[in-house]
Amino acid sequence: MNLEILGISVLWTFLFGYILVGAIDFGAGFFNAYSLLTGRQRILTNIIQRYLSPVWEVTNVFLVFFFVGIIGFFPKTAFYYGTTLLVPVSIGIILLAIRGSYYAFETYGARGHKGYSFMYGIAGILLPASLSIVLTISEGGFIEIVDGAPVLDYWLLFTSRLTWSIVVLSIAATLYISAVFLTWYANKARDVEATNLLRKYALVWALPTMITAGGIIFELRIHNPAHYSNIQALWPMFLISFLMFIGTVWLLWRKRSYGVAFALLTGQFLFAFFGYGASHYPYLLYPYLTIYDSFTNPAMAISLVVVFVLGLAMLIPSLYLLMRLFLFDKDYVRGKGDYHA
Amino acid sequence: MGNEEAVFYSRVLTELTLSFHIIYATIGVGIPLMIMLAQWVGIKKNDEHYILLARRWARGFVITVAVGVVTGTAIGLQLSLLWPNFMELAGNVIALPLFMETFAFFFEAIFLGIYLYTWDRFENQKKHLLLLIPVAIGASFSAVFITIVNAFMNAPQGFDLVNGELININPLVAMLNPAMPTKVAHVVVTCYMTAAFVLASIAAYRLIKGSNHEYHKKALFLTMKVGFIFSVAAALIGDFSGKYLAEYQPEKLAAAEWHFETEGNAPLILYGILDGEEVKYAFKIPNALSILAHNIPSAEVIGLDQFSEDEIPPLYIHYLFDIMVTIGVWMTLLSAVYWTGIKRGWKMVSTKWFRWLIVLGGPLSMLAIEAGWWMAEVGRQPWILRGIMRVDEAATTSGHVDTMLVLFAGLYIVLGIGSVVVLRRMFRNNSVEREIEDREMEKGGDMR
Repeated sequence: MNLEILGISVLWTFLFGYILVGAIDFGAGFFNAYSLLTGRQRILTNIIQRYLSPVWEVTNVFLVFFFVGIIGFFPKTAFYYGTTLLVPVSIGIILLAIRGSYYAFETYGARGHKGYSFMYGIAGILLPASLSIVLTISEGGFIEIVDGAPVLDYWLLFTSRLTWSIVVLSIAATLYISAVFLTWYANKARDVEATNLLRKYALVWALPTMITAGGIIFELRIHNPAHYSNIQALWPMFLISFLMFIGTVWLLWRKRSYGVAFALLTGQFLFAFFGYGASHYPYLLYPYLTIYDSFTNPAMAISLVVVFVLGLAMLIPSLYLLMRLFLFDKDYVRGKGDYHA
Repeated sequence: MGNEEAVFYSRVLTELTLSFHIIYATIGVGIPLMIMLAQWVGIKKNDEHYILLARRWARGFVITVAVGVVTGTAIGLQLSLLWPNFMELAGNVIALPLFMETFAFFFEAIFLGIYLYTWDRFENQKKHLLLLIPVAIGASFSAVFITIVNAFMNAPQGFDLVNGELININPLVAMLNPAMPTKVAHVVVTCYMTAAFVLASIAAYRLIKGSNHEYHKKALFLTMKVGFIFSVAAALIGDFSGKYLAEYQPEKLAAAEWHFETEGNAPLILYGILDGEEVKYAFKIPNALSILAHNIPSAEVIGLDQFSEDEIPPLYIHYLFDIMVTIGVWMTLLSAVYWTGIKRGWKMVSTKWFRWLIVLGGPLSMLAIEAGWWMAEVGRQPWILRGIMRVDEAATTSGHVDTMLVLFAGLYIVLGIGSVVVLRRMFRNNSVEREIEDREMEKGGDMR
């Protein structure tokens, strides 16, 4: 394996991490706001806050890690994506800022402030949509090079069916991932009412997620035939992903082994995400930018890898400690002790 | 929108984001150290008041961290969005400290989460103190790494530029550039100093507003003492920064000091107004600039006459320099007087007017931070990478920067107001007196 592939694999893994923990976070915010609206807040708020409070900042770092890493390993992406993404990513940053800070405001400062809960609920559900635009653009066809600088064609972008399928998928998947995780978490907390409600949400969002995911592959056949044929070549990964999806839904349906259900869901997205990523190879931005012509110099690449390994040696035990203290601590999960500062 | 306008709006938006971010970032770097100190003193003296101090600071800190994190994410992305050509070039050389910064940030985020949610969970308070060390280290090291990136922009090295291509890149040499030691030290120390004075300002305000509790007096003494120590350190490092500038970035020093002619025995100009090339109403301290620059009263200091007109930074940075230095000196004196006053039992330091001066000190220190950054950044004009890339070559070609500027300005207003409202409500609704009473009831009265 060469350094280019290693670099993009590391970044793709972190992006996957962000999508998973971010989806749990965004979806939780949405369910929290929705439960306020439907008067079920009593059931859900405690569960959601107990999980989110110690980890909300960590979630954000996954994103920072990804975008700093991609500029580090592939500096040319700054030129292509930086220039063209000003508007969509700025909107994403604003949503992220409102979400993150209003979450903290609501949780630590003004408990039970409805306005703040709505703010972070709505911002969270719009976020996956605004960030997923990047995935659409990477498929090519929306950027033209004018006078040596890339220009994004907004009209083409916003009238494309591919754009909207990816937006819908990101929203549906966010709610689905979040609901499955929270079902498991609520069940661990022995909160029957919350478990049942969240299980219902999980089942509701399962089908739209699958339909849109399939739809996108279909859209790609027209939009980017080369990518489509790569996806076909990797069919076993998508088949495994689909089988895992069936497994998750079946377990949820039979109300059993929510932990296994969540593990299967992780596997489902892992295979789909890496299958998608591998089929995109070698392009970062079709057809202008491949991972080879944008890669940084060898000296920087090696030092980044060294720092990355050292960083992980520090991060993994810390993350383990965090999970042991909060995610896998029975008393904490069940809310027996609230040791909030 | 033409390219010139895009450059202008990109500059304004970057300045706006950074100016807003550093308020929260400065607090974010400095406060963990203060919380750690309070917790440590509390354990050492077995005094619950200090532990409570740490706890209440930590609670307020969460709100500022939240805004610091999200605005930090904003500037991190804006670097690529607004200055894509710069990031494409510089990313080859300077990605390493940027990457290391995310690790420091990661480390801090994990342990902050643990720290905030394990109050009273451990029997032994010392264990809880241990959790604060990674938080404080993570916070300080993000400042260190990100300042290294900025130092590189002032003194780029670690590569060779041959026909517009970067070769022989050495990431470590790029990190260890000559601007790095003074910049990093000055940033970290002034963060500690400012955070201490901001907390002192809160304690003084509570004392003025009638809460004459021991708790606030302890808080005030601790913060003023720490503030004094770090303000002395800041002054010392500031002097080293002057020497660095004289050696490596003489045009910045000359512009900040309105030093037009290269000459020996150079006087230091304080205050004054610039009228064309004539300086009016200024104090001149003979030989002081030569001493600041080279430690020798007769040493020659390079003036602006050595540079072509399009390489000279705007001369208004002199006012920023004055603001920064004046506030620094003022806060050193104020905290020195307070410290001596407490030790010697002077009544003056407990009077209302003196406390008002301390209240004013928090915002003033923050102003000094802003002024110092503006001076450092504007003093680098017209370069984004000194001597290599000009600002107008680095900016985006996108035509939407002005709209984004409006959006972000709106965002910062919302975040600024939101954080102030929440912080006020948080502490109003739960006064120290009430919290101490609550805890006494819980614990059965082992608080003094």
